[in-house]
Amino acid sequence: MALIRWLGENDYSSPLDRMQREINRVFSSYQGGTRTAQHSGVYPALNVYDDGESFIVRAEVPGVDPKSIDIMVTGDTLNLQGERKLPELPEGASYHRREREAGRFKRAMTLPEQVDNSKVQASYNNGMLEILLPRAEQAKQRKVKVTVV
Amino acid sequence: MTDSEKKELELSQKKTIEHTDGEPTREGVMYVPEVDILEDADAITLLADLPGVSKDQLNIDVRDDTLTLTAGIEPSPTHLRPVYQEYELGGYRRRFSLGERVDQEKISAKLDNGVLTLVLPKMERVKPRKVEIS
Repeated sequence: MALIRWLGENDYSSPLDRMQREINRVFSSYQGGTRTAQHSGVYPALNVYDDGESFIVRAEVPGVDPKSIDIMVTGDTLNLQGERKLPELPEGASYHRREREAGRFKRAMTLPEQVDNSKVQASYNNGMLEILLPRAEQAKQRKVKVTVV
Repeated sequence: MTDSEKKELELSQKKTIEHTDGEPTREGVMYVPEVDILEDADAITLLADLPGVSKDQLNIDVRDDTLTLTAGIEPSPTHLRPVYQEYELGGYRRRFSLGERVDQEKISAKLDNGVLTLVLPKMERVKPRKVEIS
């Protein structure tokens, strides 16, 4: 699972630092068959599900204009980017509390298998992004059953 | 380019609710939603991030000068096998004290793309008023 924290143009951390982070993340998160990553640090957090035919990737991205979301799929790699904009503070108004953040996001994820990028579908509902990624035919064919002669 | 366009969005861990006022009475994790609260001359506006919450699952309760947001989410369909999980699913709850300035009868709410906008209009008497000199 290649998850590289994207720090934009100002990524001064050394490759060694990044490798250390990656190793820590993998070892702290592996629990049996399902990997439960605590905190990849990259927005948005992704959950991946499998319905047998397809992978379903879900992300919590409230308040993001779906038109700003770009999804690119190549082979077994999902690339996701977009921007969350918050409304400008109206004139004469002031903040009492400000916990919500705005900004751009960019995220890549390697899927467990190759997917058919011509059949990928995405929907946005109640602030949740859902991407349906059907397995590639070739990936399906790779599963060969051994028949006992 | 504004600040928000330059900035990279960072992931913040969802905060679970600490049960300080009694034990939870139902199953499942509850999270504290992130909010912005802003005030202008006429009203206090509260924006809350509630991803995965539909209108039917959101409850806004106003009593004793306290506004309580409670939201549930749809559980994941059982035919989906989780392969990899970075976030946990759960409902949301958060309480706000309203104070005397808010006209509780006129509170309005809108849920759009997982963001709740609550408009809490101020009482007429606390709105700033310019006194004309005759």
